[in-house]
Amino acid sequence: MTDVKPVLRLEGIVKTFPGVRALDGLSFDVLPGEVHALMGENGAGKSTSMKVLGGIYQPDEGAIIMGDEQVVMNGPLEAKAKGIVFIHQELSLAEELSVAENIYLGELPRKSFGRVDWALLYERTDAILKKLKVGFNARTRVGDLSIANQQMVEIARALTVDAKAVIFDEPTASLTDAEKVVLFDVIADLQAEGVGIIYISHRMEEIFKITDRITVLRDGQYVGTVETKNTDEERVTQMMIGRKLDLSRNVSHHELGNVALEVRGLSCGKLYSDVSFEVRRGEVLGFYGLVGAGRTEIAETLFGLREPSAGQILLDGEEVRISSPADAIARGISLVPEDRKGQGLVLGMNCRDNMTLPQVDDLKAGPFMAEGAEVAIFDQYRDKLDIRTPGWKQRVGNLSGGNQQKIVIGKWLSMHPNVLIVDEPTRGIDVGSKSEIHKLLRGLAAQGYAVIVISSEMPEVLHVSDRIVAMYSGRVMRTFTSEEVTEDNLIQAISGLTDDRAA
Amino acid sequence: MQPGALSKALKGGAIWGFIVLQLIFFSIAGEFLALSDKAFMDYENMLLLLKQSAPIGIIAMGMTIVMVNGNIDLSVGATFAIAAIILLGSMDMLTGTLGDVMVIPVAWFLALAVGTLLGALNGLIVWKTGVDAFIVTLGAMLGYRGIVFMFNGENPTSHLNWTLVDYAEAQFLGLHTATWFLAGVTLVLWFVMTRTVHGRNAYAIGNNREAAVNAGIRVGPHMMINFAIIGFLAALSAVVFYSESGSVNPNDGQLYELWVITAVVLGGTRITGGAGSVIGTLGGVIAIQLLRKGLGHIGADTSTVNLVIGLILIAVLFLDRQLNVKGKEELKI
Ligand SMILES: Nc1ncnc2c1ncn2[C@@H]1O[C@H](COP(=O)(O)OP(=O)(O)OP(=O)(O)O)[C@@H](O)[C@H]1O
Ligand SMILES: [Mg+2]
Repeated sequence: MTDVKPVLRLEGIVKTFPGVRALDGLSFDVLPGEVHALMGENGAGKSTSMKVLGGIYQPDEGAIIMGDEQVVMNGPLEAKAKGIVFIHQELSLAEELSVAENIYLGELPRKSFGRVDWALLYERTDAILKKLKVGFNARTRVGDLSIANQQMVEIARALTVDAKAVIFDEPTASLTDAEKVVLFDVIADLQAEGVGIIYISHRMEEIFKITDRITVLRDGQYVGTVETKNTDEERVTQMMIGRKLDLSRNVSHHELGNVALEVRGLSCGKLYSDVSFEVRRGEVLGFYGLVGAGRTEIAETLFGLREPSAGQILLDGEEVRISSPADAIARGISLVPEDRKGQGLVLGMNCRDNMTLPQVDDLKAGPFMAEGAEVAIFDQYRDKLDIRTPGWKQRVGNLSGGNQQKIVIGKWLSMHPNVLIVDEPTRGIDVGSKSEIHKLLRGLAAQGYAVIVISSEMPEVLHVSDRIVAMYSGRVMRTFTSEEVTEDNLIQAISGLTDDRAA
Repeated sequence: MQPGALSKALKGGAIWGFIVLQLIFFSIAGEFLALSDKAFMDYENMLLLLKQSAPIGIIAMGMTIVMVNGNIDLSVGATFAIAAIILLGSMDMLTGTLGDVMVIPVAWFLALAVGTLLGALNGLIVWKTGVDAFIVTLGAMLGYRGIVFMFNGENPTSHLNWTLVDYAEAQFLGLHTATWFLAGVTLVLWFVMTRTVHGRNAYAIGNNREAAVNAGIRVGPHMMINFAIIGFLAALSAVVFYSESGSVNPNDGQLYELWVITAVVLGGTRITGGAGSVIGTLGGVIAIQLLRKGLGHIGADTSTVNLVIGLILIAVLFLDRQLNVKGKEELKI
């Protein structure tokens, strides 16, 4: 590989923010036609380094070299013109505009008098969409698409120019399995054309499936680069967090208490129907299924965000009607939502205030906020969840993606609910913190909380749950105990294949 | 029909439906309550209504693009007054040297140039300081109004140019000059917002500013252009109106910003930016003028008119929310 000239090379990049040295002398290179993984804990500096490459931030020190010459990216358009395409971690779309306008955002084709060349725009977009095999067209309003399809719009941006290097920052976080296949096809195509690809993800199975080399960052510093085929998960984890992890399945069980929450024949229009389950105190109940199986909608119903069309909800044996989130919180139900940016955080507020937001009523000292109590809560959960921030005053919008997620989790844990529902708790969270969060969830159950975990990651449900509810397109297919569940029968259940032995 | 399609259709056509309702209501109520025995839906009356919509309407077109862009401009009333004083004041001073006819393009040019510059100045401050447009233009509203009083104290500035008056009172194909200006401005702004790169980028910025920045759209210059446009239109509105009336009081144009914003919001532009249309705004402008005229027709006084318009504005915003909730299964937020 040594005789191939890299398409792109970073040398000694340093980038600081007030109070944070986000990148500290980062160097690595990307070869044509390779998929290069960038890994590291939350806040390690992955997204920041890519923003430097994409012209969004200017580095304080260091150089970017493309081919033989050093380049300076003065803005995203300049980076794109040089052949660097950046697919962002968070969706970066204008919802009111059409798919075509979003894909070509910032560089709509022009005619005379600054007019948009619609014909050309739609023609190009349709060609790209055809490659992606998606079910929408160039004129669809982006706001009308599902999150997964919006992600596909983001990905389509990679195909608008003759790219030399394409950066994917956690592209699979909200994709269904079918769309993942398409994404990997797109990546393979780009690879065949000699494009260098930088791929950021916390999902080990993907990394080992599609990448050629792995570069690991820790606290903004370069740790090392390894060839994927010569390494394994354990060694990469070791590089990332400096220690080994226990990735075994959950075996310990806690004393089970009374049934805290029971659901009988719950339906909500077309979203899901005839769902029944119960969860006891001291138990972790996992919900597993494909994206779109109706799990999130059940959680939202339990949290008072949706009105069920049939069925009963019983809390501690008593039938209740949960009319609003405030009502749910008052009854001791908490929901850590799936879409952390939209539903869980006020990005412009600081870390502490975000975390204590649902409790403002309880934290009053006279008419004023009890500042000290708030900071204490924040400190406690910052340590527990290992949240990387220079202090509670930092705006949440400035935290790394994974650390934002941790703030949301901390927010609801600090409420001490009876029933805690977490929806995709570790999406975008690094392996080290992932196992911390799993431990925390198990610990909460051990203290007598009833915990419901919704997840699309098989290792996660297997790891944390005492029992697993498998769902397929709005229906409960089967409920497993942790003794009887295997990867095979779980996959069967969530694909809608009925297993004869199941009953 | 898809769920949500009905609500969309309703929203798109709502303002025009509202206008039709008003026409029916005032025609019928007018039969019983009207002070004059002229019918409300009289042809002349409707033409007059369009003409009277023009001053607010022309500015509202500019406000649409500024609000879609995610900003707001509170200084339009004051800019309107300054432009009017420049127009009449310069005609007063220059008619002697340039003559009755040649002074017209010069005075128009001066008024429009000053309006554009004041707007661009707002935009430049918003761009370079990053201060919210609400605050910047609130300051500009007070400051520009102060300048108006510096010209002539409390006294009106007057100058009648008969060539201009003839022009302004002319009717072409039935419509008054002012109405033609409104129509022209609407058409141009519609073109800018739906057909040009600048217009589409304005939507993108109002919709998701971070995404726009990430995509390399230069947010500042776009905002400045839009502020310059609204400044120009505020001046154009003054030029059209005062060419006919010939006399401006230092308090003229006060509360225009509120009428303009009300019209734009009634017309369906989202207050936080990113969505809205010039055609909707035209509907909003006509609806407000109808309401003022109609209530006057059945004998209500100005304070009642303001109260009713305020209530309707709140009702519209409430209805808008309700229409957006598509069904029971939908997320309640
Ligand atoms: N605009 C900003 N202002 C201040 N600090 C920032 C800003 N952007 C990033 N940081 C800080 O820089 C560090 C690196 O963040 P970055 O987003 O690169 O992490 P990451 O490796 O992408 O993590 P994740 O896996 O969670 O996405 C973090 O400590 C973050 O808080
Ligand atoms: Mg990141």
